Amino acid sequence: MSERAASITPTEEQDDEQLEDAEITDSASPETDDVSDAETTGPVTNGAESVVRALENAGVEYAFGVQGGAIMPVYDALYDSDITHVTMAHEQGAAHAADAFGIVSGDPGVCLATSGPGATNLVTGIADADMDSDPMIALTGQVPTEFVGNDAFQETDTTGVTTPITKDNTFAADPDRVGSDVSEAFALAREGRPGPTLVDLPKDVTKSDTDREPDDPRVPDTYEVQERADEELVDAAAERIENSSRPVMLLGGGVIKGEASEACREFATEHEIPVITTMPGLGAFPEDHELSLEMAGMHGTGYANMAITHCDTLIGIGTRFDDRLTGGIETFAPDAELIHVDIDPAEISKNIHADYPLVGDAETVVEQLAAAVDASPQAKKWRAQCQQWKSDYSMAYDAPEDEPVQPEFVVEALDEATSDRAIVTTGVGQHQMWACQYWTFTEPRTWVSSHGLGTMGYGLPAAIGARLAADDDQEVVCVDGDGSFLMTLQGLSVAVRENLDITVAVLNNEYIGMVRQWQDAFFEGRHAASDYGWMPEFDKLAEAFGAQGFRIDDYDDVAETIEEAIAYDGPSVIDVHIDPQANVYPMVPSGGDNGQFALTEEQL
Amino acid sequence: MKRGLEGPAPEERPTPAGRRNKQGIRIDPEVEAIHEPRRTVISALVEHEPGVLAEVSGLFSRRQFNIESLTVGPTADEDRARITLVVEEPDPGIEQVKKQLRKLVPVISVRELAPDAMRRELALVKVDAENPAQVNAVADMYDANTVDSSPETATFEITGARQKIEAAIETFSQFGIREISRTGTTALARGTDDTAAPVSATESAAEAANQPDQTYTADDD
Ligand SMILES: Cc1ncc(C[n+]2csc(CCOP(=O)(O)OP(=O)(O)O)c2C)c(N)n1
Repeated sequence: MSERAASITPTEEQDDEQLEDAEITDSASPETDDVSDAETTGPVTNGAESVVRALENAGVEYAFGVQGGAIMPVYDALYDSDITHVTMAHEQGAAHAADAFGIVSGDPGVCLATSGPGATNLVTGIADADMDSDPMIALTGQVPTEFVGNDAFQETDTTGVTTPITKDNTFAADPDRVGSDVSEAFALAREGRPGPTLVDLPKDVTKSDTDREPDDPRVPDTYEVQERADEELVDAAAERIENSSRPVMLLGGGVIKGEASEACREFATEHEIPVITTMPGLGAFPEDHELSLEMAGMHGTGYANMAITHCDTLIGIGTRFDDRLTGGIETFAPDAELIHVDIDPAEISKNIHADYPLVGDAETVVEQLAAAVDASPQAKKWRAQCQQWKSDYSMAYDAPEDEPVQPEFVVEALDEATSDRAIVTTGVGQHQMWACQYWTFTEPRTWVSSHGLGTMGYGLPAAIGARLAADDDQEVVCVDGDGSFLMTLQGLSVAVRENLDITVAVLNNEYIGMVRQWQDAFFEGRHAASDYGWMPEFDKLAEAFGAQGFRIDDYDDVAETIEEAIAYDGPSVIDVHIDPQANVYPMVPSGGDNGQFALTEEQL
Repeated sequence: MKRGLEGPAPEERPTPAGRRNKQGIRIDPEVEAIHEPRRTVISALVEHEPGVLAEVSGLFSRRQFNIESLTVGPTADEDRARITLVVEEPDPGIEQVKKQLRKLVPVISVRELAPDAMRRELALVKVDAENPAQVNAVADMYDANTVDSSPETATFEITGARQKIEAAIETFSQFGIREISRTGTTALARGTDDTAAPVSATESAAEAANQPDQTYTADDD
């Protein structure tokens, strides 16, 4: 086994040292050397300044990126700007940090990269933001226009590569327009259904003289968003809600992005409708509220999955009915009429047919619904049933003192040691699911994770972005897996340099545990390449980076160590050695029936 | 292995009687009607700028939509181009095609054309011409114009609805067809009906969301 593991080399981070950029020498033009502070707040003199001006006009505070030949003029313009540039150790980290910044603040996060390898290193983070509809803008350097298409040094067809994973992208061809291109990208990233936008910036365009100030951030005329749903449909949906006896609200990530949590809370409590969230919707509704059934889906709670399967009216808001939520389509909420609220018409009836399609902004439409519903549904029996399921399928776990530390216990201890507004970021795997299940989310914009793309390595760079967007009194905790942490831990150098107060808890099982769990369940326990017995000691590694390192081996250490790590003012890493055999339950196997979730491996 | 959680086992739980079909539609007599694939023409007005066609065709290949033909050309307004698509899909598939197209930022408007829309295709057919008299007789039958001839071959230009072109090709095949090149369908709505004209996106979004079930039938002129 160890032989096999050794033969598969782990993905190393890209070699960042190949910056032998032939053009480095010619990039500092004499004009830019002469520019004094006073002049830079004056009129724009070249394309790059216009790009930076567009960011300033949009209120950008932070930008995350890595330098390079083709993007150098933009960095030169940033040098004199009030925007704080956070140099990352890898562009993937820059994209995730920008993404997380956007999730926590609601304003698009900004990332920068040079052409070619810089741009391709952003790709994972852009795709991640696209899948999760997070507002983000990526600015990529490009080889000078005259070399474009010639396979020039560090050239990649960046707009070509990113077309399927951006909301929109633009090749900036004109120095007089480049600032406006950036303004427009900014506006588009946040308007309607948010998403990542990209502007590719050829070096000659950013270097060229121009005195054109960027236009105000404005979306193109061809892009219009419907804010209010059709009144007749709202009335029909309201009537359906009044007459339902088994109603459920399903809140997705769109509720948080659309700032509709408050409106949804009011609606649910006024009409006493049980509430389920999707994974991106965590925090939209307080999980400690009686009406909350928490998260549904593959690793959702048993009670949420029972309720979603048996409801007669499903009010889905800002959710795209991803397959991890629905399980098999045939058995998803099979008796329910669906009221679907979404700002993106293409989400309506994409996976699940909507009986009441309500296109519009989540907050506006929920308010429309609230005005239209006159009488609460008669659902006393249903609520009692939901409470019964809550006790039947409670999310309890055993934590005997003489066994290795159970991960659920660690997540709960972290939750307890922090405030309600603490922000949680994660990698992808079992630890992510335990964080969903055992952290009690009560506030929107406190859950930062990679949902749609499921990107291992997301947690640490996301914590960096989240830290800079968060208020000072909000703790930022990254619940990571050993495999996930290993993918982007070079970001620790950034956290140390910027002295960012974040706590990383690595739930270390020396496996890429989620894969191991599936291998045990579906591949006869053959642990092909999932055994990570060669993990470094993360506490020592953290110290090598200049961060504070901690280690937990048994229950006695948990509370105290966590307290110390949270209290530490700067980046800290806790290497938590958990039960390597711990598995995530409940579980609905891919394409399965949500109501048939397994509680043990034998039930799969 | 690891113990799991407590609670009634799957077989001890109630299960609802209902079901959905593959399109996520609840199966009950009223809506059960199986959606037969239908062919339809979709017209999109787009910004005439580089990359739009790549964006559109990328969208289709990525989503595995079944495109029968896709044509593009300039319009009276030099900043706008028209893309005409012929798709064959189950109904919900066609709705998704339209909605996804509308989502692309450079797309101005999208319309599904009524069955009576004018649809035309151009085909060039190069046949063996050992028997010119017979070949020309067939060409006359289909109003085909000769665009090239040589001692061995004759090349014809045929325009018309898809069916006419298929029929012509079928008939020409008796002489031996050397090569064919077809343009795919282009189309315009009849009379004063708009094909795909600049409209407010709000209006088209509302239309897309709220009238998912149009009753056009598959039709081929
Ligand atoms: C970049 C990337 N590569 C591979 C995967 C597939 N994958 C999903 S979960 C998982 C295991 C994650 O292991 P770890 O981070 O140690 O977390 P654990 O499951 O042990 O908590 C893997 C390999 C992925 N999601 N992302």
